[in-house]
Amino acid sequence: MTRPIVAIRSVSKAFGEFQALKRVSLDVWAGEVLCVIGASGSGKTTLLRCINQLTSIDSGGIWLDGELLGLREEGGRLHRLTPQQIARQRLKTGMVFQRFNLFPHRTALENITEGPVQVQGRKREDARAEAMELLRRVGLAAKADAYPAELSGGQQQRVAIARALAMKPMLMLFDEPTSALDPELVGEVLSVMKELARSGMTMMVVTHELGFAREVADTVVYMDHGAIVESGTAADVLGAPREARTQSFLSAVI
Amino acid sequence: MRAAPTLAGGFPDISELTVARQAHWRRWLTAAAIIVVLAAIGRAFANGQIEWVYVGRFLTATAILEGIVNTMVMAVLAMALGIVLGVVVAIMRLSPNPVLTSVAAGYTWLFRGTPLILQLLLWFNLALVFPTIGIPGLWSARAVDVMTPFLSALLGLGINQGAYTSEVMRAGMLSVDAGQYEAAQAIGMGRLRALRRIILPQAMRVVIPPLGNEFIGMVKATSLASVIQYPELLHNAENIYYANSRVIELLIVAGLWYLLVVSILTPLQMLLERRFARGSLQIAR
Repeated sequence: MTRPIVAIRSVSKAFGEFQALKRVSLDVWAGEVLCVIGASGSGKTTLLRCINQLTSIDSGGIWLDGELLGLREEGGRLHRLTPQQIARQRLKTGMVFQRFNLFPHRTALENITEGPVQVQGRKREDARAEAMELLRRVGLAAKADAYPAELSGGQQQRVAIARALAMKPMLMLFDEPTSALDPELVGEVLSVMKELARSGMTMMVVTHELGFAREVADTVVYMDHGAIVESGTAADVLGAPREARTQSFLSAVI
Repeated sequence: MRAAPTLAGGFPDISELTVARQAHWRRWLTAAAIIVVLAAIGRAFANGQIEWVYVGRFLTATAILEGIVNTMVMAVLAMALGIVLGVVVAIMRLSPNPVLTSVAAGYTWLFRGTPLILQLLLWFNLALVFPTIGIPGLWSARAVDVMTPFLSALLGLGINQGAYTSEVMRAGMLSVDAGQYEAAQAIGMGRLRALRRIILPQAMRVVIPPLGNEFIGMVKATSLASVIQYPELLHNAENIYYANSRVIELLIVAGLWYLLVVSILTPLQMLLERRFARGSLQIAR
């Protein structure tokens, strides 16, 4: 029997009084493209950030590739992992941020080689060759030596996708990757993501781009007030939502 | 005579006209007044009890030149010690570990809270507290032999500087966007590697102007080490005027050298700023 790449089980998270996640459970399967939609404050970004442990969870558990995240079971008790062990677990995921977060003091190429060379200890020449290949894949081979400030928002986000891919993750996490972009730049980023989906990459995408979700997603999850309200195929959730809350969200967005 | 061409709506065409130079009468007047005042001050000094020949003669005296070399050696070494301490303490101050943050806060509190000249005197007189110092069983020495004027000045100036520099570095690190640290974590970096590769290089751009300020302060603060017999510029100038009583002349000599050094440091700082402005468009000019 196969098991999901990500298994989220009964995860809760509060920021002070605010309950961001309420006993959320979710599976992500190998090769699946899963889009999470919902209003801001619904917990969708928090859920994504819990998977690469930029946000810690209060209760429940997340298993990535069969491995429990952040905790270790020993002698019938749970122990927190060291920062080094958590950093190693993070390497299985690639993260793309809403605000790109490229390193401004490094060129596009150096942004991509930073992780492979510094963290994975790969040879500089190999990392550079692979980074150039990734830049070609996102259509930016000509911008290898440009600094982030010299790139448009769409170009920066494509470099950020290449930077995440350079670590050879088994799962790509996208946190509203087009929300900070001018409307005319959204398309170039989405087309890179579509190509990535077609190549078989497992992707979890928090997005407001319902068109993208409809076209690319295998599964769409609608979240509201820290809980999953409805999930199913893109056609079902976006085309024929069963829940009243999903219907009213979709009619407000479209 | 040809009528002036008009544009749509009857507005005159002014594209061929030049803009007349403005006469800045007030600027000329203030400049003249300032020159008069400066001339009066200069004349007063020229006619005052100053033997300018002595200023010229001692400007390049061996003891003075040795003094400026010692001043610069001490300023550079103490600043280096201050920056190393400052970076370490700033990292401790921002760490999640409450023990480290408390130690860092205590250090800053202690060395920023007491006068620098007092700290120099304490280091120099450490032998009064601990006649012998060392590592038990390994090495020991008499404190009077170890705490030379040089070492006392280096420790006093450097450790005091570290307390100020740590706050400059902390401000620099806080100025870097939190998303940068998250992006570094997301590619598997640990805290220290993220600080070294991602956060500190970006913080440098912000901290160089205040650090330049601190270094200029340090060049002048070395003169306090004259009270513990360190042979820096002011100390050597004092020794000369104790012998020949040319007090003002030698103080002017020392003052001119301090001014010269500080004047050279300013363009050096700009070079350094340009070095760390990589990737930022607004500083590239």
